[in-house]
Amino acid sequence: MDTSSLRAGQEPRTKRSLTDRLFPSLSGTALAAIFIATLLFGFLILPVAKVIYVAFLDPNSGAITLQNFGDFFSSALFRESFFNSFYVSAMSVVLASVFALPLAYITSRFEFSGAMVIQSLGFIPLIMPPFVGAIAMQLLFGRNGSFNLLLSNYGINIPFMEGLNGVILVQSVHYFPFILINLSASLRNIDRSMEESAQNLGAHGLRLFRRVVFPLAAPGYLAGASLVFIKVFDDLGTPLLLNVNNMLAPQAYLRISSIGISDPMGYVISFILVAFSVFSLWASFLLMRGKDYATTQKGGGGLSRRKLSTRENVVAYAIVIAILLLVLSPHIALGLLAFGTIWSYSPLPDGYTLENFNTMFGQSGAYIKNTLVYAGAAAFLDIVLATAIAYIVLRTKIVGRKWLDYMATAALAVPGVVLGIGYLRTFNDFNVPFVDKPLASWWVIIVVALMIRRLPYALRACMAALQQVSIALEEAAENLGATRSRTIRKVVIPLMSGGILAGFVTSFATAAVELSATIMLVSSDSDAPLAYGIYLFMQTPSGRGAGAALGILAVVIVAAGTMFAQFIIDRERKARTGEH
Amino acid sequence: MTKRTTTAGISVRDLHLSFGNTKVLTGVNLEIKAGEFFAFLGPSGSGKSTLLRAIAGFGPDPVGEIKVGDRNLSGLPPWERNVGMVFQSYALWPHMSVRKNVAFGLVEKKIPTKQIDDKVEAALSLVGLLDYAERMPSQLSGGQQQRVALARTIVTEPDVLLLDEPLSNLDASLRVQMRRELLSLQRKLGLTTIFVTHDQEEANTTADRMAVLDQGVVQQIGSPQSLYDHPENLFVAGFLGTANILTGKLVNSNGVTRLLLPTGEQLAIDNSAIGAGSLILRPQNITLSEQVELSGLRGQISHREFLGAQVRYLVDVANTQIVVDQSHAVDQPILEVGATVGLVINSRSAVFLPEMRAADAA
Repeated sequence: MDTSSLRAGQEPRTKRSLTDRLFPSLSGTALAAIFIATLLFGFLILPVAKVIYVAFLDPNSGAITLQNFGDFFSSALFRESFFNSFYVSAMSVVLASVFALPLAYITSRFEFSGAMVIQSLGFIPLIMPPFVGAIAMQLLFGRNGSFNLLLSNYGINIPFMEGLNGVILVQSVHYFPFILINLSASLRNIDRSMEESAQNLGAHGLRLFRRVVFPLAAPGYLAGASLVFIKVFDDLGTPLLLNVNNMLAPQAYLRISSIGISDPMGYVISFILVAFSVFSLWASFLLMRGKDYATTQKGGGGLSRRKLSTRENVVAYAIVIAILLLVLSPHIALGLLAFGTIWSYSPLPDGYTLENFNTMFGQSGAYIKNTLVYAGAAAFLDIVLATAIAYIVLRTKIVGRKWLDYMATAALAVPGVVLGIGYLRTFNDFNVPFVDKPLASWWVIIVVALMIRRLPYALRACMAALQQVSIALEEAAENLGATRSRTIRKVVIPLMSGGILAGFVTSFATAAVELSATIMLVSSDSDAPLAYGIYLFMQTPSGRGAGAALGILAVVIVAAGTMFAQFIIDRERKARTGEH
Repeated sequence: MTKRTTTAGISVRDLHLSFGNTKVLTGVNLEIKAGEFFAFLGPSGSGKSTLLRAIAGFGPDPVGEIKVGDRNLSGLPPWERNVGMVFQSYALWPHMSVRKNVAFGLVEKKIPTKQIDDKVEAALSLVGLLDYAERMPSQLSGGQQQRVALARTIVTEPDVLLLDEPLSNLDASLRVQMRRELLSLQRKLGLTTIFVTHDQEEANTTADRMAVLDQGVVQQIGSPQSLYDHPENLFVAGFLGTANILTGKLVNSNGVTRLLLPTGEQLAIDNSAIGAGSLILRPQNITLSEQVELSGLRGQISHREFLGAQVRYLVDVANTQIVVDQSHAVDQPILEVGATVGLVINSRSAVFLPEMRAADAA
């Protein structure tokens, strides 16, 4: 503390500079907080609010009205779309549960040698964008796909991929790991004594499962199931690629892209999508409240695992292999499509070639370059913002700091289509100086959309990383004379680096394959990223091979990113536990 | 809930148990009387919890016989044993209210609903938690959770009660109170009870008799007092209270038995045995004297701790360190560190373990 200001007492202002007088008592972190809040407000809150506002606006008179909702529900197509979206989401949860429950049960209750296989292979579907597998799945399970061609010898045809069935199958294959991960985690967290005390009091077998094990695992299951429901409800890419248009997200996209951004129906649908997202997040929050049932004690094990007899082992393996083959079928089919010559009306491609990759690399240079630029820039901005937010929330006393976290995390509840429509509506009239283009059709807006959508992932990684840094380490640096900003640069950020890097990789890998917001914002093919390129390739039968090759590239990018992030997290954890 | 007319004793005969290739229990034999409060005492890894769990039917199948009353439990699954167990973590189900937790075992026994309600209320009032029946376990303190766990077990009227380190998750002050409550509850119910603990004070203050275990072997069985006063091996001597162990050779000359220490000192003791072995001396059975010449042993005080009721001295004697407790009276002077003192031994209280038996403990 400055002694002269102490003595000056009443009138310290006289000695301050002009900026101090304009912004009294604003530290660097407070300025950063204001900047981030403005950014989140401008690119997240405002566009979404605009979308909701327009949904209630009479397109002709500009007055507030409920007429748009009346129009929406009086249209048979929209009522059908609403019902279909709901039906597809619910059925995807059911089918995803059918895949996930046996895998979770077998690995957590029995000594099953295939558990490792399930743990690694079971999560592979997540590393492939769902729309990439959609076309490939059609070649395996479609009306003239491999399975039905084989079955037609017996006069059977199963409509796996007809209309909504196809969306349900693709979505549940893609999203079932959310249920598997959450359910396995909560089964693992049940302490053995929970089960043993029930046995001690006379319960066993199915009664024990129904009265004790299942209720304890239910919160994990519900968390996963609500996530699947909302992801499917919001998804645009899969129905679009399967040419299923009578669902909400495709309808919103088609209205905006074919009729124009003044058509109110796109906004009504967006409002419904946001309302459903918020509602199901809120509902799962209510369901989960006070239900942290993690009961494992230190030194205690999870549920006891029973040995399987040889016959049971065979049955278990048969179930696991069947499920894994099914959930990995998009990858298998995508591989066949990418490396195959012609694949039509035959169970397998006629021959194998690398030609598709040649075509793909020949035509997709711009897509790949754009993807690297967009995803790279978005992920970089994400970690800068996330590190700043984490520091502000966890280490400062700035008023309302928690709201930065809430705002950034709120992006999870905003479907990509909605954000895209919001940007189009909000920034179409905003001309960027020098570029002389509306902001809504400038490529930078794609980076901004990706940044906002992936910020929650980066934020969780950075928050976790900063929580692991003991405050004492910062206090020690300050005690030895380092200023706030030097402490941040020399101590905090180096110690957070593992978490920051993991956040970057996660944001990058998922941004690289995002389609739902970018498809709204791509104004010319030369600005298009890889995901949009796959969509374009897949529009023509001749482009499918090259599209699949580009899909393989996307899978490789996401897989490599995920593995790298996991590697960093593991290494950090080992280094940490090794120290103590 | 009143005193039972019949409770069963527990008998364990020649029990062996292994986890894979690791032997955890070896040749355990126990006869626990009906209505007795019995403790398993031992350090961690001694097999005491494993033995308790084997009685309840958990863990790998043991070889040997476990009987409750006349009923042979071997091979029975846990849910058919009617052996009540309270878990170290209490294992209350977090998704059920206190009432539902307590009713669980009665529901499993298919008892009519009306009777369940009555029994649950009786059990909850027995542990003083009737007002908490509708709470969830997470809304209870550790001590209350403990009582719910106890009520949940005794409401099913098990043949015997097993308590696995029941006090280890409680605060030190609550622990003393709970162990008294446990004992009075056990006396009220008259239920044969086994209590597993690594804390000798807990075992000493509650148990009628106890078994000290080490490395999967029962070292000695008896009342707390007899185990403290007459340990049968060095492990029991060292585990119950503080023991000074002097190793040497007993010789008898001129009708007087003396212990010859390797360093040449001699010590007269009141014992008729002869041969190599160890002498066990409790700290309170040694007196320090400033008149060095009067005693057989002399040493130098290397450390002292004032504990209030007594003063604990560490004395360097004959290449070893001996702990001596001197009771303290008001204004009684305390000996200085560095002082040379003589040690006078109350030779009647010393226990001599011949080498053969001392080796058993190793």
